[in-house]
Amino acid sequence: MSELFFFIAGLGAVAGAIGVVALRNPFYTVLSLVFHLLSLAALFLLLQAQFVAAAQVIVYAGAVMVLYVFVVAYIGGQDEPLGVPGTGLKGAAMLAAGALFVELCIAMLGSGLKAIDSRGAALPADFGTPQQIGQLLLTKFLVVFELASILLLVAAVGAVILARRRRGLEADEEEADAARRQIPSAAPAGTGSMAEGAGSVSLSPPPGEREKPKEPTPTGGW
Amino acid sequence: MNVGWYLAVSALIFSAGAAGVLVRRNPLVILLCLELMLNAGNLALVAFSRMHGNADGQVFALIVMVVAACEVTIGLGLIVALYRRRLPIDVDELRELRG
Repeated sequence: MSELFFFIAGLGAVAGAIGVVALRNPFYTVLSLVFHLLSLAALFLLLQAQFVAAAQVIVYAGAVMVLYVFVVAYIGGQDEPLGVPGTGLKGAAMLAAGALFVELCIAMLGSGLKAIDSRGAALPADFGTPQQIGQLLLTKFLVVFELASILLLVAAVGAVILARRRRGLEADEEEADAARRQIPSAAPAGTGSMAEGAGSVSLSPPPGEREKPKEPTPTGGW
Repeated sequence: MNVGWYLAVSALIFSAGAAGVLVRRNPLVILLCLELMLNAGNLALVAFSRMHGNADGQVFALIVMVVAACEVTIGLGLIVALYRRRLPIDVDELRELRG
């Protein structure tokens, strides 16, 4: 039974990974990665890592992927243009990746680890449970735990600083924008304003009347 | 299943991620391919943790997930900053630092 689940989840993980590389629309790429992450969580469950699997689904497939979808929606999910044909760079890249795979397989099969061909060591009853992981994080790996929290804080502050609207660097651009906005338009004053919508501004008033302050016409409600 | 099979799947995913980093030109998709490579590393860590019956590898995998989340926030912040400054979202055209 575990063999069947392994093949389903492994095929899903590999298919999701290939989808990430091959699909051209960024939206579909992100969805493919979500599928890959869910399959990987199933593989973690088969390896008796319950807590890591739950964290994978909640943190990765839940939170991080939502961030990705938001950014894809913000910058627009247009298809990636095809590369310049005839350069052969894509073939070279695929060749490099294939060589990497062969190399990794040789490194693993030639490692001489006897336990690789076994199902693994005998496990204690609480292996991979939140209790065990929590105990390890707060005793043996306490420094790592605290460093991870500092790293998350630094990353959050850094992301805010990177993505905010900044004054210093883009001052020229903003001035140009402001100058562009002050070009007088051909439309008469008040066009497109709320007052026009309420009917209190008549379009194209006679030239003499434009400067005269008008009596505010009573409009119902607001 | 033997632990070796999990490692083979991990190697396959890592190679796919490396190919994606080399082939794709949208920086967003390159970040996704980096995620693939980190996840392949996670799978290998958890598989070795199962092989030795020692949960240290799972803690390592959790820390890798933390680092990946940080990398995503910074990378997406950079991409949003690129978009704000109306630079092209294409790593082939962002070659100013190449020297």
